[in-house]
Amino acid sequence: MIEANLPLLVPLTFLIPALLIPLIGLRVPGAAYPLALAAVAASIPIAGFGLFRVIAGGPVSYTLGGWEAPIGIEFVLDPLASFLTLLVSVVSCLVLIHARHVVSVEHPDKRVPYYSLVLLLLAGFCGIMATGDLFNLYVFLEISSLAGYGLVAIGDKRSPVAAYRYLILGSVGTGFYLLGTGFIYVMSGSLNMADVARILPHILDQPPVLAGLILMVTGIGLKTALFPLHFWLPDAYSSAPSSSSALLAPLGTKVGAYVLIRILFFVFDPGALEQRVPITSVIAWLSVGGVLYGSLMALAQQELKRMLAYSSVAQIGYIGLGLGMATPLGFVGAVLHILNHALMKAALFLVAGNLRVQLGHSDIAAMDHRLSRQMPWSMAALVVGALSMIGLPPTAGFFSKWYLVLGGIQGSHWVFVAVILLGGLLNTLYFFRVIERVYLPFWRGPSGRAAANGGPGVVENREARFSMLAPTLILAAALLVLGLTSSFLVNRVIHPMIPAGLL
Amino acid sequence: MNDLSTYPSAVPLLAILVSAASVPLIGISARRPNLREFWTLLAAGAKFALVLSLLPSVLANQVAETRLFQVSPGIDLTLRADPFGVFFALIASGLWILTSFYSIGYVRGLKEKHQTRYFASFALCLSATLGVAFAANLLTFIIFFEILTIATYPLVIHKQTPEAIAAGRKYLAFTLTAGVVLVAAMAAVLQLTGTLDFQPGGLRAFRDLSPVAVKILFGMFLAGVGVKAAIMPLHAWLPAAMAAPTPVSALLHAVAVVKSGVFGVVRVTDFLFGPETLSRFGLNEVMLWLAGSTILLASCLAFAEDNLKRRLAYSTVGHLSYVVLGAGLLSPSGLIGGLMHIANHATMKIVLFFCAGAIYVNAHKEKISELDGIGRAMPWTMGAFALASLGLAGVPPVSGFVSKWYLGLGALEGGSVAVVTVLLVSGLLNAGYFVPIVYRAFFKQSENFNSIGEASAWMVVPLILAAGLSLLLGLMPDLFFHFFSLAKQIAAQVLEVSNP
Amino acid sequence: MEVEFIAGHNLYWIISLLLLVGLYGMLAKRNLVKKLVGMNIFQTSIILFYVAIASKRNATVPVIDAALGSVDPAHYINPLPHTLMLTAIVVSVATTGVGFALLISIFRRYRTLDEDTLLKRMR
Repeated sequence: MIEANLPLLVPLTFLIPALLIPLIGLRVPGAAYPLALAAVAASIPIAGFGLFRVIAGGPVSYTLGGWEAPIGIEFVLDPLASFLTLLVSVVSCLVLIHARHVVSVEHPDKRVPYYSLVLLLLAGFCGIMATGDLFNLYVFLEISSLAGYGLVAIGDKRSPVAAYRYLILGSVGTGFYLLGTGFIYVMSGSLNMADVARILPHILDQPPVLAGLILMVTGIGLKTALFPLHFWLPDAYSSAPSSSSALLAPLGTKVGAYVLIRILFFVFDPGALEQRVPITSVIAWLSVGGVLYGSLMALAQQELKRMLAYSSVAQIGYIGLGLGMATPLGFVGAVLHILNHALMKAALFLVAGNLRVQLGHSDIAAMDHRLSRQMPWSMAALVVGALSMIGLPPTAGFFSKWYLVLGGIQGSHWVFVAVILLGGLLNTLYFFRVIERVYLPFWRGPSGRAAANGGPGVVENREARFSMLAPTLILAAALLVLGLTSSFLVNRVIHPMIPAGLL
Repeated sequence: MNDLSTYPSAVPLLAILVSAASVPLIGISARRPNLREFWTLLAAGAKFALVLSLLPSVLANQVAETRLFQVSPGIDLTLRADPFGVFFALIASGLWILTSFYSIGYVRGLKEKHQTRYFASFALCLSATLGVAFAANLLTFIIFFEILTIATYPLVIHKQTPEAIAAGRKYLAFTLTAGVVLVAAMAAVLQLTGTLDFQPGGLRAFRDLSPVAVKILFGMFLAGVGVKAAIMPLHAWLPAAMAAPTPVSALLHAVAVVKSGVFGVVRVTDFLFGPETLSRFGLNEVMLWLAGSTILLASCLAFAEDNLKRRLAYSTVGHLSYVVLGAGLLSPSGLIGGLMHIANHATMKIVLFFCAGAIYVNAHKEKISELDGIGRAMPWTMGAFALASLGLAGVPPVSGFVSKWYLGLGALEGGSVAVVTVLLVSGLLNAGYFVPIVYRAFFKQSENFNSIGEASAWMVVPLILAAGLSLLLGLMPDLFFHFFSLAKQIAAQVLEVSNP
Repeated sequence: MEVEFIAGHNLYWIISLLLLVGLYGMLAKRNLVKKLVGMNIFQTSIILFYVAIASKRNATVPVIDAALGSVDPAHYINPLPHTLMLTAIVVSVATTGVGFALLISIFRRYRTLDEDTLLKRMR
């Protein structure tokens, strides 16, 4: 009974409380947080069971309202969808635990709408993963986008402007996707993904089909912040409240990447496609630009969250590279990097949140070595996150890059291999800039030579409270554990995902 | 006779973990220095004992293996205590004990800050070094190699002076870039050959690859491990890293890090590419040229340095290339000589660094030109210094002679007169830059050192022990640790000859 | 494709033109309200596109008519795009609503809706 309903259960665990929170919250504002946390916590076992069930027994499908598949809307939980649903549940649960104090400090009067929006956002994300219908995907995309605009706008003084820009560009993105879906629908007469995938080989030579695909990919590319469609991202992520960016940065763009995977590899057949339009190659080459541009821009930033946002542009480039290679190992690398980047970006944004709450800012220029004494654990998490971003073994980041490099060599894409490795070195530059500042006293301060071996003195402890520290450290520890267990993940979980078209 | 048989055992893993396990213990006893140092010494002793326990079985061609879990499809994280691994692990863990005692004397003598971080990083480095030694395949090797890079960084910047920070940056720039090249090369090898396992004599699959591919790969590997081995022109980080405290320079820059580099060179050339592939594609010539020019150039550069530690650093650069030279000769004696030089150079160079540190702690002198007459104030220290520097120049009966002798034999076996010349000239150069120091110390007069005496026993005893060891190893190379038997065994397996 | 389209492509040209007008408004106009207007034009053009693809010559609304019988779908226009667009219209209205809310919030903070002035005041 539960098994048959699995695909819809996770989105519903988010959607229903999302609607309940404003109702209950009007009278009891304090109830908003427990409700939201309960919903997210409840989604983890469901999503976990879903993944277990799908890996053990194949995809689970659910048709809405009893209408059979091509006519009715179908929800399908396959390995890829169930895996990313679990990822969304786990990361959002940790972020929400962290968020309680952050929200009560940064915008205490907006607790009720905030948590409601968070759940709407997650419901949108999980809906996108679970749906098997192209138009239904658009609806969930809009649900998550609208919630996302709201979550960005709650932030600091500039945030409505960033949110407005995000809204305009997001609407262009979703509009393009909708238009592309229309093209596909006109030609195939169906909106069900599996059905469309069956029909497409017969009509793949029709120009409208390819035009539709390009429109869809452009639209989703905008939502994913695929270079050069990334320009909304740095503003949106850096002016959003800390807990929002900790949700949006690790998960938001990954959901976009998921849609790209779904369309390019499951609805369309990448092999057949490549002979007609070199769309995967284009994505890969744009990603090359993204990796380099994002890393260089990150190097130039003076604010931690902004730096992390640009670094996201670069990391999405890695995912795009893995997809664009269109080799099985590249695909594995891309999916693994979706997981790893979600975790490390979440960890780093939580560190930024800790800094904001404890110090009131996250300016790199204002950090100094006292920080490593004041907030030792947060800074340790920063180091682990940074090592993983750089891709040093045995952290998780090494292994996704390892598969990406293998995928590049498998497809003889030497330039991509070089860019992946060079990107790692650029990561080193911008993260060590921060780490040196935090750990080493002999930093050239504004007045030339500041605090040479400054006396130890009494350094007050300004470490974040336990509810904020615990999720940060759990994520950081996960980066170490996941690195060494990545092979298990790849064999048991990611291998079943590799689309037939790639093998 | 030469075939190894493996048996499952947790000892290699334990040997690695024992020092990593001491890190949290060191961390929590930060406020009780005596307890903290106890943990370091305990870990060092236990580590050495564990490695030593592997020795008898290795000599009987029984190899302990810990197969952990898969890290990439088809590749397990595997530790294998083969003769070469045990050989290196013995040196590293044995000298760690001496260095630990010495470190305690040194950091307390100077009242260094951040002592806890220092001892913790040190312990982590040793774990990584043993991981490098026991790695059974390239992926395992690179994982520990990179851990070693990161664990050493806090030690390089330990003093936290602008100079140290700049050195740290240089260190990271070189080593991380090398790591990236190594990963790329490893991925290519996996795609081309389907395996990453180290095998004595190398992978056969290489022999069938196109010459261009093999040459490019070899170049990448040599650059990747060559940075830590300080092959010129990739050596620049090493003199800069002398900004670290002296015990760090001693163990890491004479034993663990740089020796991991040359260990890597030998692993890659003899266990991955294999002598046959090397000679088929003429790659060993490249190694000989690089090593030969590094030896001569570094020795010349050493003359120009007035800073004692930097002179030692250039001397290290030169001596590391002896090992590369030995690997490049592809003859049994040459390889034995190269391997013996890993052990011999380690013991002798550690003595020299210990001396430099003792001088710095006692007299606060770093420059050679200021050392006039210090031999009278610190006779034991400078005596050991004299012994070790003679050894490095290749004077019998100190152990440096043994390795040079075998290197020379190997060169003659290969009929390479140029290599013999390099060895002879570099011996003279070595003497040229070391003897003046000894001369100044003992025969020049100065009033500077009337008020000081010998350094504390914590420092002098390890120093004398190491010097004594290098003398003993010169007289009886097979004493205690069977370095010579091990080297012979390795050469036999790698070069597939029955009795080198 | 069984679905027959209306003759000629005039309507598609108009839709494309609307789409471009909308895009131009969203991306090039300096006034934030005009951007929102552009967004609405953009979305409307997509809605028109869907409605256009549903229509057929000589067909009627998709309510079963006894005179035409229920067998031949050619007698009825395709109802699905219309229903889809109902959803899309709702989304569009919601987005516009959020957009206006943001605009109000921006105006309260910066007293302007002109992008250039806004950028100056944000500094």
